[in-house]
Amino acid sequence: MVNLGRASMIEIGSVIEQRIFWIDRGLLKAYADASGDQNPIHQDEAFAKSVGLPDVIAHGMLTMALVGKFITDWAGGSAPVKEFSGRFVKPVIVPAGAKVDLTVSGTITDVQGDDVRIDIVATSAGIKVLGMSKALVSISQMSPL
Amino acid sequence: MLNPDSVGRTFTGANVVTVTQSEIDAFAGVLGESNVIVAPPTFSIRITLAQSQQLLSDPDVGLDWSRLVHGDQKFQIHRPIVAGDTLRCSSTIENYKVAAGNEIVTVRSDLHAGNELVVSTWSTLVVRA
Repeated sequence: MVNLGRASMIEIGSVIEQRIFWIDRGLLKAYADASGDQNPIHQDEAFAKSVGLPDVIAHGMLTMALVGKFITDWAGGSAPVKEFSGRFVKPVIVPAGAKVDLTVSGTITDVQGDDVRIDIVATSAGIKVLGMSKALVSISQMSPL
Repeated sequence: MLNPDSVGRTFTGANVVTVTQSEIDAFAGVLGESNVIVAPPTFSIRITLAQSQQLLSDPDVGLDWSRLVHGDQKFQIHRPIVAGDTLRCSSTIENYKVAAGNEIVTVRSDLHAGNELVVSTWSTLVVRA
C-alpha cells in the first residue's frame, strides 16, 4: 500500500475513476495525421461501407492511445508506464457529425514492490471495444499529485 | 498465405528513424496534451507500423497487408521515447496459426537506440478469410 497523496491508496481492488473521452471524425483525421495511419476505413464513409463496415470506425490504436491517456493522467505522466496491452474486441463506430463516447475505467489488480498492475475496460455506446487491457506502472516513477 | 519459413525470421531496417519533438507534440496534441517531454506510451506505433509493414512486405514472406485487421497490441517500454532518439526497427513473425480460415500472425517489433532496447511491441494481425 503506497500513499502518493492521491485521494485513494494504491492497493489491490482500488478503482481508478471512470472517464469519458469523446471521439468524432475530426479526431480521427487528427490521429491519422499524427500516427501516419491513413487507412481510409477511418476517414471515408463510402470506402468503409464498401468493405462491409457499418460506417467509419476509429483506429484501434486511437482507442488505445486514449486509454493510455487515462493511465498516464492517473500516473502523472507517461514515464512510469512500463507495459500496456489490449485486444480490439469491437470497432468504435463514428458516424458523420456525431461525437461518440469512449468510457474508460480501471482497477488495480496487483501491487508488488515497485510494480502496479491495472486492468482496464473501455466501452463505446455501451459495447466493450477494448478487452484484456492491462497496464504495468512503476510507482517510483510516478509523480506525486 | 504466409510462407511458414518466415516464422521466426527477423528483418532489420537498413535505416534509423530520428524522433522529432514536433512528432511527439503532434501525437500528444491529439490526446489533449501539451508541453510533453517523453512520448505517450503508444507513440512507437507511429514508427513500428510503417517499418514492420515495409520489412515484412517481402514477397517471400507472403503476408497480405491489404486484408489485415489489428487483433491486439502490446507495448513493453524499457524507457520512454524522447526527441532525438535514433531508432532502428527489427521485426519478427513470432507466431502464426490458421483458425477458421483466418490467418493469425503475431509480429514483434523491437526499437533499438544503438545497442539499447527502448521499446518492444507485439501486434497480432488477422488476415480475414
